[in-house]
Amino acid sequence: MNPEKVVFGFFIVLALTLNFGFFLGEIDDPDHHHVYELFAVVVVNLIATILKFGDRTQMGAVLLATSLVADLQLLTAALVWALAMHVSDVGFTPVVMASIVSLSGGALLANVVSVVLLVIETVMLRR
Amino acid sequence: MENIIFLAFRRMRRPLLTLIVAHAVAVLGLTLIPGQDGDGNRWYMDFFHAFYFVSFMSTTIGFGEIPFEFSDAQRLWVIFSLYMTVVVWFYAIGNLLSLVQDKGFQQAITERRFSQRIKRQREPFYVICGYGETGGGLVRSLTDRHQNVVAIDIDQERIDSLQLENLQEYVPALCADARRPRHLIEAGLKHALCAGVVAITNVNEANLKIAITSKLLHPKIKVICRADSHDIEANMRSFGTDYIIDPYDTFALHLATALQSPGLYVLNEWLTGISHQPLTEPVYPPHKGHWIVCGFGRFGKAIYRRLKDEGIHAVVIEATPSLTGHPEEGCIEGRGTEAETLEQADIRKAVGLVAGTDNDANNLSIIMTAKELSPGLFVVARQNNQDNESIFEAVGADVVMHPSSIIANKIRVLLGTPLLYRFLSLAMYQEDEWACQLVSRITAIVESELPEVWEIELSPQMAKAVVDHLAIGRLVTPADLMKDPRNRARSLPCIPLLLERRKSITTLPGAETPLKVGDKLLYCGRYSARGRMAWTLQNVHALNYVLTGESRPQGLVWRLLKRWAAT
Repeated sequence: MNPEKVVFGFFIVLALTLNFGFFLGEIDDPDHHHVYELFAVVVVNLIATILKFGDRTQMGAVLLATSLVADLQLLTAALVWALAMHVSDVGFTPVVMASIVSLSGGALLANVVSVVLLVIETVMLRR
Repeated sequence: MENIIFLAFRRMRRPLLTLIVAHAVAVLGLTLIPGQDGDGNRWYMDFFHAFYFVSFMSTTIGFGEIPFEFSDAQRLWVIFSLYMTVVVWFYAIGNLLSLVQDKGFQQAITERRFSQRIKRQREPFYVICGYGETGGGLVRSLTDRHQNVVAIDIDQERIDSLQLENLQEYVPALCADARRPRHLIEAGLKHALCAGVVAITNVNEANLKIAITSKLLHPKIKVICRADSHDIEANMRSFGTDYIIDPYDTFALHLATALQSPGLYVLNEWLTGISHQPLTEPVYPPHKGHWIVCGFGRFGKAIYRRLKDEGIHAVVIEATPSLTGHPEEGCIEGRGTEAETLEQADIRKAVGLVAGTDNDANNLSIIMTAKELSPGLFVVARQNNQDNESIFEAVGADVVMHPSSIIANKIRVLLGTPLLYRFLSLAMYQEDEWACQLVSRITAIVESELPEVWEIELSPQMAKAVVDHLAIGRLVTPADLMKDPRNRARSLPCIPLLLERRKSITTLPGAETPLKVGDKLLYCGRYSARGRMAWTLQNVHALNYVLTGESRPQGLVWRLLKRWAAT
């Protein structure tokens, strides 16, 4: 067992599960989507991205790409949240919430691809 | 090279991870700890402000307690996270900066940029391995002819000096070991437009390795090598290296040519020289009497063999015959710098002296001592170092042999005007009379400067007008091409030296030989003639005038008018 692989797999799956948790619920209901969850998703996703640095296989490159996509989506979601709450005084209207959650939904998709790739790689190793 | 970039990324993982974790912990703590707002209400910091605060805290910018003054519980957390994030920040940033400055990483970046630059190369180019004295001279003369060159050298200082040179063309250069195939490939060895590889480092084994790599990876290109020993030379020849240049043998051959036929020697010097330089005087090495050869190294041996072939008796002076070996007749032990050894070699009766040790100071000393003892001596000096040029000029040797410039010159001819190389090889079989005649013809044309030598090919690119003319069955001869397109009664100051048609080669082709498409011609003459000839070759009207003497109307209207006037 390779401890590096354990940590790697752990963070990738954790990024997916947290993301899914945040995404779950009514899309425009602020009560269903807690900001701490978003924070955790962002941090875990960033860690997962860093862990994918420096892998020279084709699979590594695609994994890094999906992770970067997820980061981009989540950071945009966080930015929308910050803008709505602090910059423009709009507050948590259903429209804002819906856009934050749908952005995280995009990240969720990228994370799903990441995990699928991870599973494929594991299956291809056959040991 | 790829490895090191991945390695750098991999090494970035730890600093970046610690940075993210430390920041996340600090931000999370700040949002969980309650504080008080301006009115004394219980207040929780939100993520936005927490991230803002941590960002300026960790970078030690510190704008203060924003947006409200902190409670003591918050301050306690800030003390803790302050030390944590600041230390982590410095650790991470320091680590990342040192990674970027890492020598291997930098080298990898340079190599990548270099190979990318070569990939974009759109014109044929030569790869020159070894940018020393020889390489420098060669790069200069090739770029002067607007040929593209790529240089590799193992020494960063020499690459830096290349960037300071004021060259006509941009020369991409890389500091790397050319013995490693990877670097040769980066320099464009496998590039479709790579025309040749020139291996002129000062290490024989390196040249050998470069030659073999080039021949294996890109068999079609020209490979030109410097070899200082016959052993290496034979080795290079065994796998088909195109040209192998031994500076000592080359010079010995020159000297033998000068002994045999001074005319041929002058012809050689003039045609291979750099145009616009003043004409050199012919030299006449004496035959009658014996020669003294000081130094029996690679150079001394080559000269001694040639002199012997010419039937000239030579006495060898060598300081360490046990190391270098000695000729069958034996030799005089000594350096040759003292009068005594020279006297032993019977200097007063000698007619020629070769100062051929590998030490410039010794060579100069030998010449000065010898000239004192016997003023009329014909002196051949070997100059090892370019910097000593002025003193070698001052000592008044009749012929100075400088290995670097001999190699550079020869390669320049090979790459720049391959037909000239063939012409000179053929000229070697001619009588001295023939060469003298040609020399006097050249003198009449060029007056006081060395002639320009150029090749033309009757191809659609280089001679559109002529090719079109030949295609419709008209006759064009070398004499036509030599007419001045401004006044056809005059002829251009140049001489056709060689005509190559498929495999057959004619030296000094007759003025009335009918030309065919695909012919290659070699001309020598004044620089101005070259440009005017290019005019005749490419411009239909210039060619028409040269052939017929009439200038036809060029535009449609004038042509119609003329036809109308004729009827």
